[in-house]
Amino acid sequence: MDIKILLVDDENDFVETMVKRFGIRKMAIDSAKSGQEALAAMQAKDYDVIILDVRMPGMDGLEVLKLIRERAPLTEVIMLTGHASLEAGMQGMNLGAYDYVLKPADFDDLLDKVRKAFERKELNAKARKQGA
Amino acid sequence: MLENSGYTRLRVKMILTTLAFSLIPLLILGYTIYRQFEISHTNKILQNLNHITENKRRTLDLFLNERLSQLTAIAYTHRLEYFREPETFERVFTLLQARSKYYIDLGIIDQDGNHVLYTGPYQSIRTANYKDQEWFHQVQAKGIYISDVFLGLRNYPHFIIAVLRREGNKSWILRATIDSDIFDSLVQSDQLGAGGDAFLLNAENILQSKPRFGAKLLGKMNLGDFSRFPGVRSEMIEVDGKQYLFGLAWLENKNWLVAIRDDPTEELMPLKRTRYLVWAILAGGLLLIAGGTVLTSTTIISQLIRSEREKASLNASLTQSSKMASLGKMAAGVAHEVNNPLAIIKEKAGWMRDLLTEEDVKASPNFKEFEDAITKIEHHVNRAKDVTHRLLGFARRMDPIQEDININEVLAQTVTFLENEARYRAIEINTSFQKDLPFIASDSAQLQQVFLNIIDNAIDAIGKDGSITIRTQAAHSADEILISISDTGPGISKEKLDKIFDPFFTTKKVGEGTGLGLTISFSIIQKLGGRITVESQEGQGATFLINLPLRKA
Repeated sequence: MDIKILLVDDENDFVETMVKRFGIRKMAIDSAKSGQEALAAMQAKDYDVIILDVRMPGMDGLEVLKLIRERAPLTEVIMLTGHASLEAGMQGMNLGAYDYVLKPADFDDLLDKVRKAFERKELNAKARKQGA
Repeated sequence: MLENSGYTRLRVKMILTTLAFSLIPLLILGYTIYRQFEISHTNKILQNLNHITENKRRTLDLFLNERLSQLTAIAYTHRLEYFREPETFERVFTLLQARSKYYIDLGIIDQDGNHVLYTGPYQSIRTANYKDQEWFHQVQAKGIYISDVFLGLRNYPHFIIAVLRREGNKSWILRATIDSDIFDSLVQSDQLGAGGDAFLLNAENILQSKPRFGAKLLGKMNLGDFSRFPGVRSEMIEVDGKQYLFGLAWLENKNWLVAIRDDPTEELMPLKRTRYLVWAILAGGLLLIAGGTVLTSTTIISQLIRSEREKASLNASLTQSSKMASLGKMAAGVAHEVNNPLAIIKEKAGWMRDLLTEEDVKASPNFKEFEDAITKIEHHVNRAKDVTHRLLGFARRMDPIQEDININEVLAQTVTFLENEARYRAIEINTSFQKDLPFIASDSAQLQQVFLNIIDNAIDAIGKDGSITIRTQAAHSADEILISISDTGPGISKEKLDKIFDPFFTTKKVGEGTGLGLTISFSIIQKLGGRITVESQEGQGATFLINLPLRKA
């Protein structure tokens, strides 16, 4: 089962490496450099899990999170924070993020969270289908 | 905060001001009362003196008037021929003496100055002729005459009163001699004090009566020159080098001055006593006021010093708090900026580790080196991450929870974590907990972190062999508890003491401590509404004092 993942972060090197590391694990991952880019990408494709950096120039992670929750309520979001920062992570959780990870994150840990987020998304989707 | 000399100056100023404001009215009051008393007392003395003087003058005038009237009556009721009859003149004299013993003798002198008749003890003057004497002419001119006191032919102090009688174209003089001792008894009086005196003076300041002190009868008593004045006068006059108060009055019938002398030292005795009393009361008041002032100012100044000290320590803790807040912000910023590159390094290393699984790389002769390098990179990234995460922990504002906790239990539990480490280093941990310590509403997990930090630091400071003493007690103010953690380590120098709560300040070797432990402890205690301070002297260990409120305000 392929998990459709979108990574949103303004750090080029970080995004590039993450894409490679997911790739080597045979996981498809798209990337966006900003909130706008991410929202644009979402229109083209339905993502299961979005990994979202909190602090970005332009639209900040929490704003993007709100928009994502509005447009794709089923998509799970994992907040990636490097800032002062537990606070932002918690705030993200309150806004409906699945979890948060502190930078620098342990890759396996992140991977684990992505999988779990995906499982929940699937469960939610199934529940919704049955409800409908 | 004021310097010590500043406090002394302030204190002196306070004392002087208070003294001035209380003593000036006191002195004015004392002086006014004394002055009023002095005036009324002096007035009373003068009044009394004037009264006596006036009385004496009246008595003397009355006496002289009586003598004059008696003699005038005798002279004018009978002709000269009548007195010439045998025994008659003697009878008249005896009659006079019966009324007044002070008559010494009585004589009649004709217009030529011859003694015509005489009765009295001095028969030798019977034949005397007075034609050329001053008094004879005066009596011829004025009709009556009163002499000054003199010794005369009789060689005994006396004075004479003479009355002129005209019979047709002839005239004769009735002359009586009177013992001047009468004046002594008339002038002297019980009303005068022990040092008082009274006497009569003629116009030349010759004494006409015997004073109690000093000069003799007919001696000179120089009171100065007083021309006749009406009524009574009081004067301060110096006699024999001493000031006396005199009441003076001229007689109406004769040019004699009644002088009543008061000893001012005696009369002013009550005044003197009053003055001593006033001084004593003033001195007592002064002592009382001065004592009160010193006491009050000491209390006020010590209170001032205390409040200044409290203010200073409050300022210090406020400075520390604001320093912490800005450092917290900076730390958070730095942590964030460092976290992003750390994340990239970590992912790059992770990517390299991913690639190591490729077959061809595994075959590389340097495979082991690569793997080793990656492990090291990951290890040190993690180390850096620990630092940044702790920094973020220091900066973050997590609301502490409130639960009822027993600090003694929290401490005891904390000690168990470190017991093994301490035992291994031969460090004894003593506890002295107040048994009935009140529970406090606080966050036990966060407090435990603080205690762990401090005790761990203490163990590190001691190194080997020593002891740590942990005490708890309810503070005097009753709404605080006090925890003290002392160690027998090397102590902390004064410069280091100022920086001990600053972030990244550490005395430990590089890599062993982050320098954040006490910083975090400080901010935790502060968030819990308490205070943490440290007391230490080099070579004498260190004591951390933590005050915690029973309930956060």
